[in-house]
Order: sequence, then structure tokens, then C-alpha cells
Amino acid sequence: MRLTQRSALLAACLAAMFVAAAGALAQEIVPRLTGPAEPMADVTAPPVSSPVEFDVRPIRSYPEQPPIIPHSIEGYQVTLATNRCLECHRREYTQLVGAPMISFTHYMDRDGQMLADVAPRRYFCTACHVQQTDARPLVENVYRDMLLLRPGDDE
Amino acid sequence: MTLSRRDMLKAQAAAIAASTVGISLPAAAQPVPGGAEALQIKWDKAPCRFCGTGCGVMVGVREGQVVATHGDMQAEVNRGLNCVKGYFLSKIMYGEDRLTQPLLRKRGGEYSKDGDFEPVSWDEAFDVMAEQAKRVLREKGPRALAMFGSGQWTIWEGYAASKLMRAGFMSNNLDPNARHCMASAATAFIRTFGIDEPMGCYDDFEHADAFVLWGANMAEMHPVLWTRLSDRRLSQAHVRVASLQTFANRTSDLADIPIVFRPGTDLAILNYIAHHIISTGRVNEDFVNEHAAFFVGQRDIGYGLRPEHPLQQAATGADDPGAMTPSSFEAFADFVSTYTVDEASRLSGVEPDQLEQLAELYADPDRKVMSLWTMGFNQHIRGVWVNHMVYNLHLLTGKISEPGNSPFSLTGQPSACGTPREVGTFAHRLPADMVVTNPEHRRLAESIWRLPNGLLPDWVGAHAVQQDRSLKDGDINFYWVQVNNNMQAAPNIANETYPGYRNPDNFIVVSEAYPTITARSADLILPAAMWVEKEGAYGNAERRTQFWRQLVEAPGEARSDLWQLMEFSKRFTTEEVWPEEILDSNPDYRGKTLFEVLFANGKADQYSMDEIDAAYGNHESEDFGFYVQKGLFEEYAEFGRGKAHDLDYFDAYHQNRGLRWPVVDGQETKWRYREGYDPYVTEGRGLEFYGKEDRRAVILAVPFEPPAEAPDADYDLWLVTGRVLEHWHSGSMTMRVPELYKAYPGAVCYMHPDDARERGLNRGVEIRIESRRGDMRTRLETRGRNRVPRGVVFVPWFDASQLINKVTLDANDPISRQTDFKKCAVRITLA
Repeated sequence: MRLTQRSALLAACLAAMFVAAAGALAQEIVPRLTGPAEPMADVTAPPVSSPVEFDVRPIRSYPEQPPIIPHSIEGYQVTLATNRCLECHRREYTQLVGAPMISFTHYMDRDGQMLADVAPRRYFCTACHVQQTDARPLVENVYRDMLLLRPGDDE
Repeated sequence: MTLSRRDMLKAQAAAIAASTVGISLPAAAQPVPGGAEALQIKWDKAPCRFCGTGCGVMVGVREGQVVATHGDMQAEVNRGLNCVKGYFLSKIMYGEDRLTQPLLRKRGGEYSKDGDFEPVSWDEAFDVMAEQAKRVLREKGPRALAMFGSGQWTIWEGYAASKLMRAGFMSNNLDPNARHCMASAATAFIRTFGIDEPMGCYDDFEHADAFVLWGANMAEMHPVLWTRLSDRRLSQAHVRVASLQTFANRTSDLADIPIVFRPGTDLAILNYIAHHIISTGRVNEDFVNEHAAFFVGQRDIGYGLRPEHPLQQAATGADDPGAMTPSSFEAFADFVSTYTVDEASRLSGVEPDQLEQLAELYADPDRKVMSLWTMGFNQHIRGVWVNHMVYNLHLLTGKISEPGNSPFSLTGQPSACGTPREVGTFAHRLPADMVVTNPEHRRLAESIWRLPNGLLPDWVGAHAVQQDRSLKDGDINFYWVQVNNNMQAAPNIANETYPGYRNPDNFIVVSEAYPTITARSADLILPAAMWVEKEGAYGNAERRTQFWRQLVEAPGEARSDLWQLMEFSKRFTTEEVWPEEILDSNPDYRGKTLFEVLFANGKADQYSMDEIDAAYGNHESEDFGFYVQKGLFEEYAEFGRGKAHDLDYFDAYHQNRGLRWPVVDGQETKWRYREGYDPYVTEGRGLEFYGKEDRRAVILAVPFEPPAEAPDADYDLWLVTGRVLEHWHSGSMTMRVPELYKAYPGAVCYMHPDDARERGLNRGVEIRIESRRGDMRTRLETRGRNRVPRGVVFVPWFDASQLINKVTLDANDPISRQTDFKKCAVRITLA
């Protein structure tokens, strides 16, 4: 994956903007969360949001968070017959296509034992990994990163 | 140290990315900044807050905040896995708009129905609330008071609510939103086996040779159980999966036999399979002769609509919809013989060879079958029947109560089983499968609760849909809603739900964590503590009871629903709520508050604060001065111990990863009714349906009957509503998690591309969906995860701005009174 300063800056700025915009709405009517001001009123449906393609992989909120899918998966099939995701992210294909390998935890069975290939229980990737759209969060989430909450630190 | 250009860019990018979450990074990465102590996270177990699967979660806390969550490796249910919602549990409590103080509608400093919400103290909130409740009790009595709870209530919250409503206010107008969710399943369990909840457990996933999904989209709604099912299918070549759906979805993607049938015709398909088993000579005769009893059900039972509705007027069997008449195997065989493969195919639109493949999964004596269902079956105008029909198949073949042979009813809420069903917060139930209409059951409850004989009301209260109708009609005037979002979830809301909340005669209280549309439709909003902000217990779909500790403090003045129920009970004396004759014959109860007689009764308050592990907070106990949760749980457990509903002791559940009841001598029960697994089976009987007096499970003959409404010339499409993987139910938690919101930000309407083309509609345009009840606007989707057949559209209901329940019909199963959210007629035009 190619990393450019410009794209990183852009992503950071956009993320910051989203949060600022959302915060201001916190106490207001946000139809998707609170329903319309007049609860049974007719509301316009906003246009469908578009999937976002990330130039850089976004930071995880905590180490064990399943990474979000940074690219479009439109038309991808994950069925009994085929799994488009594993065509790139399975260990043996990663070097060829330059995709990150799925976590080694995905090679473990129910008892935590390593298997020679992807564990069948991990076959349906989209149960945990989701794509992101360009929708702006409706309200700020004040969850704080663990590195900001160090034991013994004063607030 | 020299940095290459690439390294510098990387460091810069990292700093920028880190700054978006507010972290400052040192110039160069240090191995362990701050030392070992700075690395510590306090980890504790908790069940997931979302669906009925009941995954174990490890919750990481630092400085009073949840900072991470992941699947618990030690939890038998999920062994380290979570779905995407579970992985983001860490963020559900932190939406910035959490409710932190009570809000009351006021005008000129006084409560006013048409006022605006203003912050008030808990004292003022409870003063006004108690005054309103007392006014209604005085004017109309206990039947004008009602409460609507949830399968998200913790066990002790539901238990406290049941005590307060039934014994305190003497009203059985208590129902959970689980009525919308699995009342059909619960009712069919009682009718078939005489005892609620599945006989099998999740271990069946590792033993079955075939899985049949009846209208359940497990890939999205029970993703972690889906991992167990797909593990079995993908690693054992002989295993088969049949998926019966009204539209193709992610669950269909794993199916060997993907079936799409016309809405409502599952009834015909099931009767055909019974006929196939019988006509090919594959009935397990020994099993049937020893363990089954045949009955015929009442027919033409109506649609649970208001009595004046023409469909109700026309229904000849609506007066006694649940009636069952004894019958015989021969009569049953004759009854289902009209459901030939051709007839089932004609009704359902499914190819005969697919139906035969499906029927063979059940008929083949060498194949162990697990049937799975949720809302497709339960939200059905014949939900109880369709549950019966799947038991018919398992009973005819004897494929039940052993590893891998398992008719398994899934649940949608984390404690749908643990609270509404086991504690009994339905309008007719008491703990441990007892009912309010049985005088002995009431007497036992009065005795365990140390209350006067004859106190508990014997009438069945209003169910969910009836509560809304009665609020609208002005028959229920005081209403308390906890842990649910019914203004978004209920059917036909603009006509039947919203008017009742805004009826000037009514006072509506909603306990909530966030400003939902239900909260905003109320008169008083009480801020609620959620999930690990309180000590809790849930019971999942496989009879597993799981506990958690309070791990963080709730924001502001938010308090748990348990605290709210108990604190409110202090505002009433027995003289204000109980009849004079009860007090005359039981003068000791005079002058006491409901708190004293219900909660400080010498039993629920018998455990001291010393018993609470000092490492954890417990805001209710700190306020009331005794270990509230332990006292309530141990009192509640008395109902079921020795009666095949045994729960283990309170302290054990804080140590283990949950146990499946009945728990006898510390041992859980994986397969009920089967000797060797279930201690309640009489020695030597092998298998015993001991919930029934005659030890026989019911095989019921009931027909295909059409839905309440079907497409016609004016409204030409079937509307099916449901959920999506990324959001849980009404979305009040998941829509506030940025990653989940951005993954699926708003509702859309899935439609077949040809249906769209015929109407001149392009993908993404704004459309109006209209029924005879109402309309809403949404966006059109013709691609993606759901592939609907022609003539059907699917709309999820998580989006509060797109209220699809303004369109749905309040028809329900006349036996279970569960709403059918899957079948009504709509038309679609460009908005």
C-alpha cells in the first residue's frame, strides 16, 4: 500500500471535521436517532451514502477491534462456493497481491488450536468486517482511547 | 539515528492519525512508555448487550471507562468470537447525547401534557409520577395502570417490575416487547411440551447433519451462532443446509437448498413434509406411540385485529383460537395427505424437487436435523401453529432431545428467555412457567413473596398491541415503558401507538439511556444506566443464565431500571393501593410502603453489603443498604428449584461463564427430557416429556390459512420488515457508534430490479411506501446483500427517520398475540 502525506492529512482533517459537526448537533433533533421533531411527520430520506475508499488504513480504536474494510466490496461474493475476500487475504495469496494477511487468530479452531488453513468458523468475513460510507456520524461518541486513560494520570 | 523520507512520512502520518483520536505520540516510538502499570487494563466478563445468542464478552476498563471489548475465549457460546456489533460494545454507552437527568414536560413551572421537556430532580420526577399513578388508581383502579418492559431487562429488573405491578399495584397489565419477538415460540413450547424453552442447546450445532433455517437470516441476526453452523457445514462434507426465506439473503449464500417461498406459505410446506414422512413410511412408530399425542387445532381463528374489523367478524373460530381437540395418528395422516408436493408447490411457488430434497432431510432416519427459526416464524399471524408444525416433524421422526436432533427456537433479545419467559413478565405469567389464572400458582407466589393470601390479581392483563389500543381508547391512563423503543418497533404506530401516548388523559413515563422517539413521545423521561453500568444477569436462548458486575459508573444522574422501580415503590403505602378487606384481614401490612412489603420483606433484603466484592461498585445496593441483586435473585430462584427450573446459587454465576438450567447439584442440563442428560427424567424411561401430565408431546393438525392482508390491484407488493447485521433492533445504541453507523447509515427498500424498472424507478431514488395505514419515504436499493423476488420488498426498521411501522399492520397471532411484521400489502411510487 502506498502512503502519501497528502492523503493522510486529508483523512485526518476530514475525521476532525466530522466530529466537530456532530458535536454541535448533540442536543438537537436528529431524525435518524430521535425521530422527527413531530414524531409521526413525513421526513425526506437523505441520499444513499457512498462507500469510502481509504488511501491509508484507519487506526483501530483498540488493538482487538476488527479492522474496517478500507476498500469497496461491492459485488463481492462470500458463498458456499467462493470467498472473494480470501482470494487476496489468505496467507498464500498475500505476497502476490500485496494484501495484508488475515490475523493468525483466524486460523484457530474453537479450542484455540492452530489449523493449516483459515478456520471454517471465520469464513464469513462480513460478520465482523464492514465497509464505511461517507455518512457523517449523527452525534459525537465520547469514547476515549485507552492511551488517554493512563492509570494514575490526573484528568 | 537517521530517518529515511519514508520513515518521516510514516511518523507524520501516524501523528496525524493519532491526533484524530486525541493521542499525542512521542517523537520516536518507545518500547513501554510509562512502564508496566501504564499497560494495565482491568478485564471482566459480561454477556453481550445485543441479541439472544448470549456471547461472552471481555470488557476492558481503564480509569472508569470501557476502553475495549472482545469475545471471551472461555465462553462456551462464542469461544473468542463476536460479531461486529459485539466488537463495538465499547462505544455503545458513549453517545454524547446520553440522558443524564430526568426530563418532565412543563409549562409555567408545572407538569403539562403539552409542555416542553425541562430537567427536573429525581424527587420532582417521582413526585409527579406518583401523583399521576395515584390519580389513575383512585379514578379507575389497577386496570388503568400498565407497564411495558423488555427482553433487555436484567433478570432482577423484570422480577422487581413483576412484583411492583402485580403485588404492588395489583395489575397484570405488564407485558414485555418480547411479545413482538417470541411470544409465539413460548406459547407453542407450553402447548406442545408443557414447559417453556428449547430442549436442546447450542452444542447441537456441532452434532447435526442438516440444518433447516425457517425464515431465520442467521448470517446477519445471529452471526456468532452462524459461525458455529458454518464451521460444521464447511468442515463436514456430508452436512447440508436448507434455507427457507421470503427473499434470498446472506444466509441463503451458505445453503445447499436455498428456497424462496411466498410469504405465509411455510404452513403448507411444513404440512407437506409431515405428509412426506408419513407417506414414505418413515414415521418413528415406537417414539410416536410412546411419547406423542395427536390433537386437532381450532381453525379460522382470525387475525388479532380490533373486534369490529371485518376479518375478525368473519372468523368463525376467533372466540377460542387456542382450542385443541384430542385426535389420532390416522386422523393426522389423513389431514396432512391433502398437502401433496404439487399442492405445496402451487401455494408456495417453490419447485417440487426442492421441496422433496428438503422433506428428505427430515425423513431420512440417518440424518440428525437441527431446525432453527426466529422472527420469520414467530412474527406470523399463525406463529403458534407454525411452531407446532416444526415440532410435528421432529416428533413424527423422533428427532428430538439428543445431540444434533433439535428443533431450536432462537431469540432476538439478550434476556428474552431469562426475563420475560423465566421470570414471567408477560401479562399472564409468573416465574417458572406459572400463570396468574391458576389459584395455586398465585398462592405460591404470595407465599414466596411473603404477601397476604388473595392479593394477586387473577385476570390476564393487556398484551403489547392491546396496551397501545387501550392507551388510545383511554382505558389505560398511566404507562411506564422501560428498556425498549416501542414507538419505533410497534405496528401501525401512527394510528395505534402514538395517539395513546399523546392522549391528554394519559401520563406516559419512559426510562431510557438515549433520546429515542419513544422517550420524546412521553411526558416524563427517566435517565437509565445501561449494561455494565449496573450489576446484571441475562438468560440466553439455550437456557444459559449469565451474570456481570457493575464495571463503570453511569453518567450524571442516570440510574438503573431496578433502582427506578424500587425507589418509586417507596412513594406508595399499602393503604393507597391495596383493598381495605386485604388490609383488614392482614393488619400487619398497614402503614407500610410498597418498598417495605415488596423489597425490604426480610427476604429480598437478607444479604448485606459485605457480600459485594469490594472491587466493584453497585449503585442500587449502595442506595438501599443491602445486596439488592442477590436478595432478589435468591428469592426468585425459589420458584423454580425442585421444579425443573433450577438455577444455581447467586455467587456461582459471578464465577462461571453461565450455566444452562435446570442446574441440579451444580450441574447444568444440555438436553432436557433425555435420560443421562436431564436429572428430571424418571430412571429407565429413556425419554420423558415430563412437562405434560401424560408425558406426551403434542402433534397438532392445523391447516394453511392465508395472511391478514395480501397484495391486490391497489397495493401490489408484499412488505417484509426486519433487521440488518450492523444495527441492533431500533438502532438506539448502534446508530451512535460511528463505525456501525457509517457501515449502514440509513434504511433502504430492497426491491427486484424488474419491479423497479416497471415503475420507472432507478436505484437510489427517493420513494414513498404506502399502505392502507400510512406511508413513509425511503431510498430504493436494487442490489446488495438482499435479493428479493418480484412482488416483495424488504425494509429494515432501525432508522428513526424512516418509520416503516407507520405502514405495517397490527394483525397478530390470535393465540400468542405476537404481531406479524412480515406480511402486509404496499404500493411504491416516486417520492
